[in-house]
Amino acid sequence: MHEMSLCEGIRGVIEDQARAHKVDRITRVRLEIGRFAGVEKHALEFAFDVVMRGSVAEGAALVMIDLPGRAMCYDCMAEVEIADRLDPCPECGGGRLMPVAGDELRIKDLEVA
Amino acid sequence: MSQARLVEIETDILAKNDAYAMANRKVLAGLGAFAVNLVSSPGSGKTTLLCRTIEALGDQPLSVIEGDQQTANDADRIRATGARAVQVNTGKGCHLDGHMVGHAMAHLDIAPGSLLFIENVGNLVCPAGFDLGEDCKVAILSVTEGEDKPLKYPDMFTAARLALLNKIDLAPHCDVDLDLYEANLRRVNPGIEVIRISARTGHGMDNWLDWLSGSLTRKRGRAAAE
Repeated sequence: MHEMSLCEGIRGVIEDQARAHKVDRITRVRLEIGRFAGVEKHALEFAFDVVMRGSVAEGAALVMIDLPGRAMCYDCMAEVEIADRLDPCPECGGGRLMPVAGDELRIKDLEVA
Repeated sequence: MSQARLVEIETDILAKNDAYAMANRKVLAGLGAFAVNLVSSPGSGKTTLLCRTIEALGDQPLSVIEGDQQTANDADRIRATGARAVQVNTGKGCHLDGHMVGHAMAHLDIAPGSLLFIENVGNLVCPAGFDLGEDCKVAILSVTEGEDKPLKYPDMFTAARLALLNKIDLAPHCDVDLDLYEANLRRVNPGIEVIRISARTGHGMDNWLDWLSGSLTRKRGRAAAE
C-alpha cells in the first residue's frame, strides 16, 4: 500500500530507540505483520533498504513475522481464523465476517551490535 | 567484540501518526465538534456531494479540509459555497496523515459544536491505514464503479461506518445491481450503514443530513457530559 511511508515510520521509531538505548548500529529488525495489514512484502523489503540508508539501521536484515487474520462471524458469532479477507466462516459457512485481528504493523525487536 | 543483543520494543509502525491523530481527537472532543473523514476513489463525486451538503446545511457552522496531491481546485469549489476551507497538498503522498490534519485544524479556528469534513485524497488503499483523529470514515462510492468495488478494496469499507452510494440517478443507465452492491459492502463490513444518494438530484440527501445531525448531537452531548 504505502510501503515507503511505513519505512519512514520504522526509521523514526528505530532512531528514537537507538538514541534512548545509546546504540549506534542495528543489525536486524523484526516486524510483526498481520495477515490483513495490506503490506506488500517485496515492496516493503525494497523500501526498507532504501529508507534505512544513512541511518543506524543501514544494511540491517529485515525479518517479517506473519500474524494470523481473525474475524467475528455475524452469522454464528464465533471468532474464527481466516487466511483470506473474503473467506467464508470455517464454522458455519457464513459470508459476513468482521476482522478483529490481523491488521497489526509492529516493530517487535531490534538486534543491536 | 561485544555480543549482539535484542532490544524489545513492540511499537506500532504508525505510532507517530497515531499520536498526532489522538491529539486531534482530543481537540475535537473538547470542542464537541464532529469530524468525518470522507474517503473514496477519484471521481466518485466527493466534492460535488460535499458542496451540496454544505448548501443544504445553510448557515450551520462547519469547516473543511481538502486533501489532494496537487491544485487548490477543490478548496476553491468549497469556498465558493461560503464555507471555511483549507487545502492540503500531499505532493507525492497518497493520503492525508494526522500531522497534516493537525496543522490544517490550527488554521481553521473550528467552532464548538460544529462539523468538520476532511476530504481525503481519492484513493481506496492508503487512507484506510492512517488515523486522522476523525470520529468516523464515510466512504463514497458511485454506481458507475461496479458492484465488486467493496470486494476489491475491502480494507477501506471495513474501516468505514457509513457508505454513501452516490450518483444513484445514473443507476438505470449503467446495468448496476444496487442490492448486490449493498450485499458486497455488508460482506466486508456486516455493520456498515448504507445510504443511496444523488448529489445531482438530491435523492437521499435528507437521510444523509439526518445522519450528520444525529452524529453531531451525540458528540455535543458527550462533550457537555465531560
